[in-house]
Amino acid sequence: MSVPLEHDYIGDSSMEKTGDVSIITPQQKSTTKLVSSLSMNLKATELRLGLPGSESPERGDGSSAELCIGLPSSKSSVSRPKRGFSVAIHGGSGNWVFSPGAGGPDNNFSSPRNNPVAANSEQGQAPKDSGLPPQSSPATEKKKAQAAGSGAGPASKAQVVGWPPIRSFRKNTMASHPTPKNSDVVEGGDHNPNSGGSASSTSVCLYVKVSMDGAPYLRKVDLKTYGGYKDLSLALENMFSCFTIGQCGSHGVSGRDGVSESRLVDILHGSEYVLTYEDKDGDWMLVGDVPWKMFIDSCRRLRIMKSSEAIGLAPRAFEKCKSSN
Amino acid sequence: MDLTPKQSIPAAESTRFPDEVLERVLTLLKSPKDRNAVSLVCKDWYTADSWSRRHVFIGNCYSVSPEIVARRFPRIRSVTLKGKPRFSDFNLVPDNWGADVQSWLLVFASGSPFLEELRLKRMRVTDESLEFLALNFPNFRALSLLSCDGFSTSGLATVATHCKNLIELDIQENGIEDLSGEWLSCFPDNFSTLEVLNFSNLITDVNPGVLERLVSRCRSLKVLKLNRSSSLDCLHRLLTSAPQLTELGAGSFSQELTPQQHAELKHAFGFCKNLTVLSGFWDATALNLSAVYPACSGLSFLNLSYTALQSQELASLLPHCPCLRRLWVLDSVGDRGLEAVGANCPSLEEIRVFPTDPFDEDMLHTVTESGIVAVSQGCPKLHYILYFCRQMTNAAVATVVRNCPDFTHFRLCIMNPGQPDHTTNQPMDEAFGAVVKTCKKLKRLSISGLLTDLTFKYIGEYAKNLEALSVAFAGSSDLGMQYVMEGCSKLKKLEIRDCPFGNAALLSGLERYESMRSLWMSACNVTVDGCKALARQMPRLNVEVMKEEGSDDCKADKVYVYRTVAGPRRDAPPSVLTFSSL
Repeated sequence: MSVPLEHDYIGDSSMEKTGDVSIITPQQKSTTKLVSSLSMNLKATELRLGLPGSESPERGDGSSAELCIGLPSSKSSVSRPKRGFSVAIHGGSGNWVFSPGAGGPDNNFSSPRNNPVAANSEQGQAPKDSGLPPQSSPATEKKKAQAAGSGAGPASKAQVVGWPPIRSFRKNTMASHPTPKNSDVVEGGDHNPNSGGSASSTSVCLYVKVSMDGAPYLRKVDLKTYGGYKDLSLALENMFSCFTIGQCGSHGVSGRDGVSESRLVDILHGSEYVLTYEDKDGDWMLVGDVPWKMFIDSCRRLRIMKSSEAIGLAPRAFEKCKSSN
Repeated sequence: MDLTPKQSIPAAESTRFPDEVLERVLTLLKSPKDRNAVSLVCKDWYTADSWSRRHVFIGNCYSVSPEIVARRFPRIRSVTLKGKPRFSDFNLVPDNWGADVQSWLLVFASGSPFLEELRLKRMRVTDESLEFLALNFPNFRALSLLSCDGFSTSGLATVATHCKNLIELDIQENGIEDLSGEWLSCFPDNFSTLEVLNFSNLITDVNPGVLERLVSRCRSLKVLKLNRSSSLDCLHRLLTSAPQLTELGAGSFSQELTPQQHAELKHAFGFCKNLTVLSGFWDATALNLSAVYPACSGLSFLNLSYTALQSQELASLLPHCPCLRRLWVLDSVGDRGLEAVGANCPSLEEIRVFPTDPFDEDMLHTVTESGIVAVSQGCPKLHYILYFCRQMTNAAVATVVRNCPDFTHFRLCIMNPGQPDHTTNQPMDEAFGAVVKTCKKLKRLSISGLLTDLTFKYIGEYAKNLEALSVAFAGSSDLGMQYVMEGCSKLKKLEIRDCPFGNAALLSGLERYESMRSLWMSACNVTVDGCKALARQMPRLNVEVMKEEGSDDCKADKVYVYRTVAGPRRDAPPSVLTFSSL
């Protein structure tokens, strides 16, 4: 079969080859003619065998005959790593160990690769958060590492990358099913400025996200639909009562028996939870301090926080909630 | 007839079909395999097929270039493209690996602007591409994205805004950047052609009012799959306005309902006489599930794999689904739940049992070999199984295939790598031996557990119809892979990870790779030299090696080999080396 026309550039006879096999990959130190003619374009788009940001290793093993083609990688291909693989490359290098065998006689079983590096890589862990694809920022990964695992810390769970073979979406969904976790940390790597930004500027909506510690997913409320703090608090009770009730019940059981609807109210006012909001400056404030109108103007998102986390705020919260209602 | 060279030509001409007739006849052939066969008959038939082909299926986007496709099939309306190797679903492939759809769209826009349908699997799709698609193909009707990545809900918004004739929007299990549910509001107010809407895997809220108005406008809507944040109230209203639905994906099913609400919901389900597929049901409670019973009498596919039902809950539900043919559940139902499956689903053909908590080894074993045996005893028509478990025995698997010899897809995942038969401590070789010996129609096999070369010997010897094989943590030597390469003549896809197969094994398949779609080998013993040797001898294969940071220069950490008529690809990232013989 004749080589299609598209390959003429490769067929340049001035290229040296190693035993008829060329590596179609750019290489920093190559001295082939093609490279030099394209080198004016290459600096910014230099492709190397190493990973982005790293220095290409010296290749003194006689493979200088490799072809170097200054092909820029397409812009879109590196924009938003969704699965955080780059973190594994930079961080864990994707190495893994086996988790200790349960019942297998050969506990020394290891793969031929034999790379005994503890894998805290993102892929190996159960990302037990609320369903967003794993993010690549190291900070997010750390937080997720803290949040991940029901009981066992990530250090004790060395896992194999990509095993068992379950798609990310399923892992994320099921991870958030019964386990309470900190849903705050799973905001997308590109933080989405909230409130006014999420609704069109011409509409009368003022949607803000509401998160609750321990709830598997967030809700959104339109602040303009409420008359004041009381309405808001009632609405939030309705929205999130199922989560608190669920936490009281056992896994798989609805736990409704004997629990009243006002459980969340008790919880909110009984100092288990505190309602806080993030204002325009990015500070976390206690809800109820300022007049309602001022509150709607400055509120970007809401968070129903466990009072154990609201250190210093909690006692005041109790008083404030009492007084503002 | 006496055929002298002069006379033969007129004789041949007089028996030729006019092109139009031939094309007309060929349009009746839908299957790509049939079409491909037709195109090989002779030049005329090749041409007729080219002009009349409306749908193209491309199993590996790099096996051919968009230019070649557009040149050969100038009038295609529907394209299915698959990109990354399957193991990219499990994070084994770097994010920037490639498979970007943009280059395809550019070519189609100039050559086949009447494109109507695009179905992508494991491709990279950016928002720019979605916008390009929405703006450049005026007849565009159907978009299906499965396991793709690179786009956000903004891209969906442009599709909703500009595709005036959209019939299908199916967004499944993608690495999507979910910014907001605003995209749904971008459908124009007079838009009413939608028949399929699946946004079940999106996280952010969509506006329920917008959704309800959209559904009530689209009288032809057949498939509606909501996301988790859709409430039961919303579902109730949707069912009432769209009783014609055939496939429904409910949203969250955990909301506490008053008896009144429950009755109303049950009533609404009762109106939906045409439902054959049900899915969704996140966080379903038993009580809420009972509202669904009236809709289950015609149900053929029930997907409960997003809600951790207990055995009793499943046992209560199943008697209402007498026609069930496909069932997906979580292992929370336990062996008891699977016994209920065996007892209530005589028509069952497919079962998939997913793990509720795959990484928590401290969990009690929730499904074991008993469960799968119970299903096989009650469901003799079973031909597809995907089973995640923590323990298995050779005897159980042998029993299963004895009960159900018609398996076409047998995928067993014993979640602990290299785990033997837990009663005998023997390797699981005999289990898969039984599978391949008994199931003559087996097309797809995934193996797991402690496995020696013997398993592969069995596979090579008996699995003559095998098309796809997935191997992990198995085998003892190169022989294993060699058995398979020599014996499985119909093999199309082979994916191997963490096995002791080296260059000899890789090269044993030399004759085979050009008739396969692809080979994946990662964490094996293959070296770069081995890959070069393969590339040298097989010019029509692309041999790609993905290097991991910190590994030896000579190691081929991940190898991906595939046949291609397009030559080596030019969009690989720096970490991917392409070896090509020129």
